[in-house]
Amino acid sequence: MSAAEEVVTEAPAVEAVPKRAMTLGYGTSLVVLAALILTPLFVKNFIIFQMTMLLIYGLAVLALNILTGGSGQFSLGQSAFYAIGAYTTAILMEHFNVNYALTLPVAGVVCFGAGFLFGQPALRLSGIYLALATFALALAMPQLLKLGFLEHWTGGVQGLVVTKPDAPFGLPLSQDMWLYYFTLAVSIGIYVASVNLLRSRSGRALMSIRDNEIAASAMGVNVALYKTLAFGVSAGITGIAGGLGAIAVQFVAPDGYTITLAISLFVGMVVGGVGWLPGSIVGSAFIIFVPNIAEGISKGLSGAVFGVLLFLVIYLVPHGARQVALIAQQLAAKLKKN
Amino acid sequence: MSVIKKLAILSTAFGLFAATAGTATAQKKYDPGASDTEIKVGNIMPYSGPASAYGVIGRTEAAYFKKINDAGGINGRKINFVSYDDAYSPPKAVEQARKLVESDEVLLIFNSLGTPSNTAIQKYMNSKKVPQLFVATGATKWNDPQNFPWTMGWQPSYQSETQIYAKYILKNHPDAKIAVLFQNDDYGKDYLKGLRDGLGSKAASMIVMEESYETSEPSIDSHLVKLKATGADIFINITTPKFAAQAIKKNAEIGWKPLHFLNNVSASVGSVLKPAGFENAQDIISAAYLKDASDKQWDNDPGMKEFYAFMAKDFPEGDKLDGGTVVGYGVAQTLVQVLKQCGDNLTRENVMKQAASLKDFRTEVLLPGIKINTGPNDFAPISSLQLMKFKGDKWELFGDVISADVGG
Repeated sequence: MSAAEEVVTEAPAVEAVPKRAMTLGYGTSLVVLAALILTPLFVKNFIIFQMTMLLIYGLAVLALNILTGGSGQFSLGQSAFYAIGAYTTAILMEHFNVNYALTLPVAGVVCFGAGFLFGQPALRLSGIYLALATFALALAMPQLLKLGFLEHWTGGVQGLVVTKPDAPFGLPLSQDMWLYYFTLAVSIGIYVASVNLLRSRSGRALMSIRDNEIAASAMGVNVALYKTLAFGVSAGITGIAGGLGAIAVQFVAPDGYTITLAISLFVGMVVGGVGWLPGSIVGSAFIIFVPNIAEGISKGLSGAVFGVLLFLVIYLVPHGARQVALIAQQLAAKLKKN
Repeated sequence: MSVIKKLAILSTAFGLFAATAGTATAQKKYDPGASDTEIKVGNIMPYSGPASAYGVIGRTEAAYFKKINDAGGINGRKINFVSYDDAYSPPKAVEQARKLVESDEVLLIFNSLGTPSNTAIQKYMNSKKVPQLFVATGATKWNDPQNFPWTMGWQPSYQSETQIYAKYILKNHPDAKIAVLFQNDDYGKDYLKGLRDGLGSKAASMIVMEESYETSEPSIDSHLVKLKATGADIFINITTPKFAAQAIKKNAEIGWKPLHFLNNVSASVGSVLKPAGFENAQDIISAAYLKDASDKQWDNDPGMKEFYAFMAKDFPEGDKLDGGTVVGYGVAQTLVQVLKQCGDNLTRENVMKQAASLKDFRTEVLLPGIKINTGPNDFAPISSLQLMKFKGDKWELFGDVISADVGG
């Protein structure tokens, strides 16, 4: 092993997160869930749409969190899997008239496969080298989608327009509201499954790889397999998020899935707290709403304002929303004592 | 006061008179976003992101509407211009369009920019029956009133431009060998399709090479060497400003002197031909519909003088040489005309109806002879261009104004 490599692999990718600290307490979970279920009843369709996007990006951030927070691997290529998922859903819905709900598992499986395959060669890379390889994937994806021989399916640069589904069984819900609850159900399912995954034997194996790869393999963990599996699972969840995103936005085009999206998801993960799954939704809120706030402050300098806000977050609360939650918890405990 | 200005005031006054006379007995009618005092107009622009250079269009429009408001507004109503940033991302455009329609409740969305962004919101706007008026993209598909009666373009479509080149080539150089360089995206491909359609059955034999480049490439030199090797005697240059300047320079370096057609997107004297070197740009042919603010021949043109005055007084921080300011000014004037025509009937339906009944309307930044005409089956406001050839340090218009209406 060369000296340069040693430096890179020795530095821990992320700070270890104890298992129990990965989720919220039951009480808090119920409050958040109730808020997510009840809020749409009182707000405009536009806000419901924004909440749907919040959940969708939340899922994509969660997927990255499993990969980075769980197994300690970096990825700047999540936008590529998001795009594959979105296109899978859009093509199945528009060219084959498949029901939207059925396209999501397909998108998940396709992306799992893509992620697993990409994980095979990526295995040999670690740390910043892996980040760079996935970065290349994200850069290539919009151009691959424009390729001439795929154009018949992808619509090339013009993209594909997707039809928004109506509520089934004649339920008296608007399209937006139905899609929100549908997304919410999918999100809760994936969140619970992810929490369980990280708490399981496989989750422990992933985290042991994150903490010390050599020790993990000495203990009999199949490092290669678990690393690729983490990539596959992460890609699969991102794909489902992409599929939901295509239905919510009603349009897919190569320009929607550039490297900017991958970096946004990365920002979301860091702001939410690496390795803290509930933080995903906070991170998602950050990448959706903070650009709007930045725009409100200054139209010409919105990018700079966003940068300053991001800098403040990283500087003041380097562990993101997890740190804020911990501080809140300690305060609450103090109040109880008094 | 210039004659044009007097005329403008006179016609405004007349328009007001006609409007009040015509609707004296009619009820005032409003849809969301319009009231006795205000007309709310939405807009989506890439103020940030890869296409942020176009953001100046939105800022010009805001300045122009402010000028109109300071002068009393339109039929007594002020324009409230709500402009949001979508960073040229389609999902963000959908979010902003929904915010404008459902939260801000605008009467219409005006001049939203970018083909991907407008495609993303087109279905939504049409299902909500909210006008998506004068979109800022040259794609051909916006002229489709049968399927999308709430969407209308403004500038000539890319396809109509290359069709005009094709007409010219077929007439003057029927045996030419054509080499094409195009940007690998919707804009480049739209242009290319227009050329192929325009050449018709001769396209296959005349076009000897179609070479594409990506915007991420730092230099397009290798493509030009390849194109030169084909021995083509006509070069059709479908590139954005930075690459167009590179191509003109490189052609001179490698000594390739075909008949050079440069797309209108990059026909700016200030930002393309000057940096490329005037000596390298002689005899290039292009087509235009707007006056170029960086072209000296318009310095004493009354219409452009009015534009320069606007830039100096109302938008001093803007760059008048940036083509975006001329576009923003022209399209904002077109909207003001439509809203004037609406009178007191400010429903979304009437906005579309009035937008589809512009007759020989001119904003003075259009080239002489080009007029804006629309109808129930013609949602392409500007559909003519004029050919021009670069001589010395300016474009010389030649031939007639050529019209090429292409349906979406």
